[in-house]
Amino acid sequence: MRLLRLFPDDTHYPFMRWRKLSFPLSGLLSVVCFLGFFLIGMNTGIDFQGGTLMEIETKDGPADLGAIRERLGELNLGEVQVQEFGEPQNVLIRIVRQEGGDDAQQAVVGKVQAAFGDEVEYRRVEVVGPRVSGELAQNGTFGVLLSLLCIMVYVWFRFEWQYALGAIVATLHDIVLTVGLFAFLQLEFNLSSIAAILTIIGYSLNDTVVVYDRIRELRRKYKRMHLITLLDLAINQTLARTTMTAATTLIALSSLYLFGGEVIRSFTFAMLFGVLVGTYSSIFIAAPVLIFLDPQLTPNPADEEETTAEPKAA
Amino acid sequence: MLYFSRWKITAILGTILLGLLVVVPNFLSADQLRNNWPNWLPGRQIVLGLDLQGGVYLLYEVDTADYKARRLKGLESDIRNAMRQEPRIGYTGLGVQGDGVQLRIRDTARVAEAAERLQGLVNPISNNLLGGTALTEFAVDDEGDGLFRMNFTTQGLEQRIGTVINQSIEVIRRRVDELGTTEPSIQRQGAERILVEAPGEKDPARLKDIVGRTAQLTFHLVDVNANPQDALAGNAPPGTMVLESMDDPPIPYVVEEAPLLSGEDLVDAQASFDSRTNEPIVSFRLSTGGSRRFAQVTTDNVNRPFAIVLDREVISAPVIREPITGGSGQISGSFTVESANDLAVLLRAGALPARLTVVEERTVGPGLGADSIAAGQIASLIGAIAVALFMMAAYGLLGVFANIALLVNIVLIFAVLTLLQATLTLPGIAGIVLTMGMAVDSNVLIYERIREEQRLGRSAVTAIDTGFQRAFGTIMDANITTLIAAAVLFQLGSGPVRGFAVTLTVGIVTTVFTAITFTRLLIALWVRRRRPTTVPI
Repeated sequence: MRLLRLFPDDTHYPFMRWRKLSFPLSGLLSVVCFLGFFLIGMNTGIDFQGGTLMEIETKDGPADLGAIRERLGELNLGEVQVQEFGEPQNVLIRIVRQEGGDDAQQAVVGKVQAAFGDEVEYRRVEVVGPRVSGELAQNGTFGVLLSLLCIMVYVWFRFEWQYALGAIVATLHDIVLTVGLFAFLQLEFNLSSIAAILTIIGYSLNDTVVVYDRIRELRRKYKRMHLITLLDLAINQTLARTTMTAATTLIALSSLYLFGGEVIRSFTFAMLFGVLVGTYSSIFIAAPVLIFLDPQLTPNPADEEETTAEPKAA
Repeated sequence: MLYFSRWKITAILGTILLGLLVVVPNFLSADQLRNNWPNWLPGRQIVLGLDLQGGVYLLYEVDTADYKARRLKGLESDIRNAMRQEPRIGYTGLGVQGDGVQLRIRDTARVAEAAERLQGLVNPISNNLLGGTALTEFAVDDEGDGLFRMNFTTQGLEQRIGTVINQSIEVIRRRVDELGTTEPSIQRQGAERILVEAPGEKDPARLKDIVGRTAQLTFHLVDVNANPQDALAGNAPPGTMVLESMDDPPIPYVVEEAPLLSGEDLVDAQASFDSRTNEPIVSFRLSTGGSRRFAQVTTDNVNRPFAIVLDREVISAPVIREPITGGSGQISGSFTVESANDLAVLLRAGALPARLTVVEERTVGPGLGADSIAAGQIASLIGAIAVALFMMAAYGLLGVFANIALLVNIVLIFAVLTLLQATLTLPGIAGIVLTMGMAVDSNVLIYERIREEQRLGRSAVTAIDTGFQRAFGTIMDANITTLIAAAVLFQLGSGPVRGFAVTLTVGIVTTVFTAITFTRLLIALWVRRRRPTTVPI
């Protein structure tokens, strides 16, 4: 039986040469995402902004979104978003944070329930007060930073500081792009988005560490090999693994995205994106970054001639 | 690497069997578990999160400002009483100022005497047994010129708030228990918050109403001479206040500030029906002290109305027709059967010592929970099958080994979750599905390594051996980084997100375990039997 291969064995792709394309591209995308974050802003959900979210199900056939919007409008609750959620009879209602303290937020649920009474089933009600949402946002940011720091320390401890820095650059790249995705598509950014980002951090680093591991191994083996040749070799050798793992993870995530229900759809969407970006960054960012960070390892050009050839097995 | 001693094989297979045994109860109904499952076997089931079984998550915060204001008001009246004791001490400007109460003693010659009386009100909270200063709730500041201030001490206030929280938890527990909510969890969170979780609660609105109500019941005499409209405009006679009734539109009543009785004087309350009108009412019994006082007051005030007040709203204001000496009475208002029942529950459970505010609420109806479970099951099943097919296509026989390992891995994840009694949430299921994708990573690392070694011309056994050896370090490094991210997530997350962190963490640990023990064992057994010259990958 012929086994499935995503790439042929023994590839010799000149990944390092492609950095001249990948660096500007990633740089540009990062800047664009930064701009998107600041100019467009995040569509922060009630977790971080406070407010009310209700999912209702109409009992008699598909919901009439216009009518629901109109009836909610009569309650004078400020900005109200009404959208279909998965099924035609399921409706997601988001109501902006009310002026006043926590009690004002609580009153909203009562008003909506009084307006709709028993006509609908209340599948989900979430109310987050202004103080709690502030704390959640703070904790979320803190969490992402803390985990980056912990991982950096670990990589530094296991490898060398250049690798730690390289891993962080690649991971920050993934975070910035994911945040940009949220900004441009105006996906709701909530607590589970933070969870998605932390998972992406974990995945992307996992990938990066595997590549770095191979670089370290090859460096011990071929002490005189030119760094660029060595990095290319390491990436080509781990390419099969990198892509296979990305494929299985993407398969599992796609199943979640398609069948896991509406509640976690944006969560899995972010992770799908993150796995793609994470895979890209460990090949095209994390490894080439080492060229800048590890100057002492670049031998004189004379060596390059003899070592660019594929080394024979030791 | 391919040699396994007999005890090692036993240990690995034993762990897996044990895992299976722990998981099995999850597939049994509660009835089967009770009747057909032997007692000596583990019988726990995974705890489903609120998002899967439906339920209510309510985070309350004690309104410290309200508590302080009430406490200072009380202190103010204590000070007034202390100064009026014979021989009276003249004062001016008594009132709450910021975080304390202040007053000025008129006769500067009696400042020392006044200070002594104020000192009697500092309310020692705990005696420091090791000597040093005792902790008090208030501190007396002599600001000179006869001016005194009594402020909360920082520690005293902290301790009082702590007590308030603990008392509130007790009251909430009694109330929730009376409602018959199954397995509620009531916990303190941080310095000023209480988390109430009620899985499977069908009527969240009612639960919220019952838990959050202060339920301070008081009886006040109505001042019939004062005009309620004048009083509403701010001209209430001294010592009285205006309260409005629950009716629509509300009717104002001018009542005496000092209550005749309060909820603490009640020993029992029951919902019942008025024998004449058949309307729902709440009947109550008073403590001995309470009934004596009530008898006295009703004897002195026949034909005057008194107001029954719940949380500063007048329920009803009946006229005292005759002295009530039996120590029991009834409250009638426009109750429904349910609201009478709820009030009885609240009165039996006692009042909250301070106002509570809901700062976060998450309610999931049973319908959505069931849908989420179904979606989670389908997604996991399809995900698992797809990953398994892909692995078989890519690695053939070794892919089959990896899939068996994956199956074992999933069993172990559920076993650990069951043993830890960790809560399984929808994002938690997502974590498991994600782990399935990432779990095969360890096998991919090993297999790719074996292929590389084989391409370098090594024999099957050496290739497998070095493949495992070389991949091991990478597997550890790669998984520890993910573990760090998961640990942070666990620390910071709450509810569903925490559930995700838990399954991710457990998944990583079981993944590493199965990859370096079970998969290796499978391959070793295969090598021993078949003695292959090449590895078919």
